[in-house]
Amino acid sequence: MLEARLYLLQRASAMLLVPLVLAHLVMILYAIEGGLSAAEILGRTRGNFLWAAFYGLFVTAVALHAPIGLRNILREWTGWRGRSLDLATLGFGALLLGLGLRAVLAVTV
Amino acid sequence: MQDTADREEMLTVEIWRGREDGALQTYRVPRRESQTVLDVVTWVQRNEEPALAYRFACRVGMCGSCAMQVNGKPRWTCRTHVSRVAENGLLRIEPLANLPRIKDLATDMAPFFEKWQGARGRHEPTRTRHEPMAPVSSESPARKAANAGIECINCAVCYAACDVVGWDENYLGPAALNRAWTLANDERDADKAGLLQAVSQGGGCHSCHSHGSCVEHCPVGLNPTAGIAGLKRMTLAALMKGEL
Repeated sequence: MLEARLYLLQRASAMLLVPLVLAHLVMILYAIEGGLSAAEILGRTRGNFLWAAFYGLFVTAVALHAPIGLRNILREWTGWRGRSLDLATLGFGALLLGLGLRAVLAVTV
Repeated sequence: MQDTADREEMLTVEIWRGREDGALQTYRVPRRESQTVLDVVTWVQRNEEPALAYRFACRVGMCGSCAMQVNGKPRWTCRTHVSRVAENGLLRIEPLANLPRIKDLATDMAPFFEKWQGARGRHEPTRTRHEPMAPVSSESPARKAANAGIECINCAVCYAACDVVGWDENYLGPAALNRAWTLANDERDADKAGLLQAVSQGGGCHSCHSHGSCVEHCPVGLNPTAGIAGLKRMTLAALMKGEL
């Protein structure tokens, strides 16, 4: 059943995102407060499998979570339904995944 | 000597007349002790507006046919005292929200009952009448969960109060899903898999936002939100086991 699967995926990805988002925010504060330069940040992330895994997981969870929520919001607030909405939000998910993974690759490879 | 009617306390009552393109009409209704909103509507129909269309039957909160919007909120009018809902002597009475209007205060209840069927809100027996009755312990957790939701009077107050029903015409609504929850916990029901599939379709239990408006407005104190949350858990468990 599609609706039950999407419900499960959205809840599971949300649970995954809670610690990931918190860690991401702490990381931003650390980088800004510590005054790390772009070169210093890249020096730490390039070739580091753990950073690639952390942000790879982050991007995947976002690409699952956001389109499912967007699909629900559009259904309720605009009345857009059916296959066209499913395909559009699937495309949005693919876009998030593509852009996100591209960024992960750019700072880790 | 002053006329009795002049000394009488009066209510200002606005009542919806017509269908979707109708309008509110104002009436002056004498205030009475222990007066209910249904008493007010009946007074208007008998004294001012013989053609006023509205529904009621039992007048004691059992049949669930007299629900209307009173000052913007859905209520069972036969058990709603004017003293509790009038705002500065003003009552605004409209047909139930989220349902098509037929005439004045009467709505078309067909979509509401069709959704009961959509949620498979009917008992599928495991036995025939020729077999002995199934023994059901009143102490089992499942029976207790079913009992908690079983006193629904089908008044559609929860359906009118629900934001999601207003947003999504396919949403089955609190009453139908509450009924499905009672059946899901009924050990005499033969088609639990069919029931879980019915409530997992688009507009099923997973569309509920848990706003709790149904709980807030249910006149008999049921908690459909809790039942819907139970259906979400039950469908997810079935999905994990590959039974959905």
